Amino acid sequence: MQAFLDIFDIYLLEAVINGILLGGVLALLALGLNLIFGVIDVTWICYAELVMIGMYAMYFMVQYYGVSYFIAAPFTILLVALLGAALHYLVIAPLLTAPPINQLLATGGVLFVLQSFATVAFGIDFRNLGIRLPVLAFGDMNFSYARLLSFIAALVGMVAVYLFMTRTFTGTAIRAISQDRQIMALMGVDTKRIYIITSALGGALAGLAACLLVLQYDVHPFVGLSFGPITFLICVLGGLGNFIGGFIASFVFAEIISLGGLFSDLEWGYVLAFAFFIVMMFIRPAGLLARRR
Amino acid sequence: MLELRSVDAGYGSFQALFGVNLEVKAGEAVGVIGPNGAGKTTLMRVISGLIRPARGSIKMEGVDVLTTPAHRIVSLGIAHVPENRRLFPQLSVDDNLKMGAFMKEARHKYAERLEIVFELFPRLKERRYQMAGTMSGGEQQMCAIGRALMSDPKLLLLDEPSAGLAPVVVQQVFELVKRIRASGLTVLIVEQNVQQVLRVVDRAYLIEAGSIRASGSSAEMLASDTVKEAYLGV
Repeated sequence: MQAFLDIFDIYLLEAVINGILLGGVLALLALGLNLIFGVIDVTWICYAELVMIGMYAMYFMVQYYGVSYFIAAPFTILLVALLGAALHYLVIAPLLTAPPINQLLATGGVLFVLQSFATVAFGIDFRNLGIRLPVLAFGDMNFSYARLLSFIAALVGMVAVYLFMTRTFTGTAIRAISQDRQIMALMGVDTKRIYIITSALGGALAGLAACLLVLQYDVHPFVGLSFGPITFLICVLGGLGNFIGGFIASFVFAEIISLGGLFSDLEWGYVLAFAFFIVMMFIRPAGLLARRR
Repeated sequence: MLELRSVDAGYGSFQALFGVNLEVKAGEAVGVIGPNGAGKTTLMRVISGLIRPARGSIKMEGVDVLTTPAHRIVSLGIAHVPENRRLFPQLSVDDNLKMGAFMKEARHKYAERLEIVFELFPRLKERRYQMAGTMSGGEQQMCAIGRALMSDPKLLLLDEPSAGLAPVVVQQVFELVKRIRASGLTVLIVEQNVQQVLRVVDRAYLIEAGSIRASGSSAEMLASDTVKEAYLGV
């Protein structure tokens, strides 16, 4: 092992592994957004703001009321799932047949409402859980436990969604609905109910992401901007609505950010990622794995 | 079993059905024949709730179909195999069949129904993990009929099952319809393939320009001059 590490640049290896760990959480967010887009055919511009609300929920439960992290997490996931269902019921459902631009404007409006709500209710202070997880040393490389835990939890979350989608009747209906909406009634499927369930599932994924991100990042009303745009880029690069494409694109972006940060500052990692995105849009405008219809 | 009384239906300002009266008794196989655009598919859609009529009544075993939400009509025992099959092309055969058993009443019978469908269509069992969209037209039609049978229906609505299939396969499809009806299922079948369909049904209705023009037993229809001239080319 040591011989292998001597040959290999350990900083490079550390960056690569950190990229993979980062990719897990990004993939979770991309899955949630792709699910909503693939099934309901709308884009939740405010998706990262749901994560922000979830992070505040975690903060207040853990820091303010002294609830243990592992008890607060399921409540947060449930809360954001309900928020997702409410978003569909109150905002999307009345606009289902409206032109896409109106749907975008409406969810964009929700983004500002949620940001302003958080600013008024919680102030603009940066807050954190105050939980300091140890750092895992492996040879000369250091990995934060928070990242490792997030990566594993994100994978478990994605596997759970995969099993739900492939093993259950409701999950199969969720996969079927985008292929032929009109005949769903012939199968005895209530489309409205499937939309609500899908929205709750998308919310639950945002809630899980919130529980994981709150371990690594401070909460503030604009924290959604730190990963909202990158999630959209990932989904577009993977092909909107394409789950596998989104999964691969998450790790591509995470590696670019992580390796870019290794050779220069972290901010340059993001610049590189966005530059890569622009180039890719010229080469493959429909995404890495263009969605087959 | 199924009773339509003076049904008017259409799309927006276009009226496709005018005062249609139609009845299907339990255990019968009934055909609906007529030219393209006569309203045959609209008739099927009205029965399964995909579109709602402007006027008239539809009853299934005494239950008002029109006040039943569209997604609950399949629970009344009506399974509709739509025109052009309408499978979920990117789902496996297995998943397509699973969708047919989606409703609560059918879920607990899923394994049992799957066995029945696989017995009727051994080919589907061979192809169960294949994407439905990659199969041949005949296989897709089998899958569409199998999907409808998964709900354990009392009444099977077949909309142009022979459309777009090679002549040999058309033969097989009609053989299947015979077998399905021999199993005691009530069938309402819409077809342009008049000669073939009149061989498998007991009675038939002739529909033209949205109205029922004639009806009678298969033998009567085959002998009728209107049908002969217009559809049998005799």
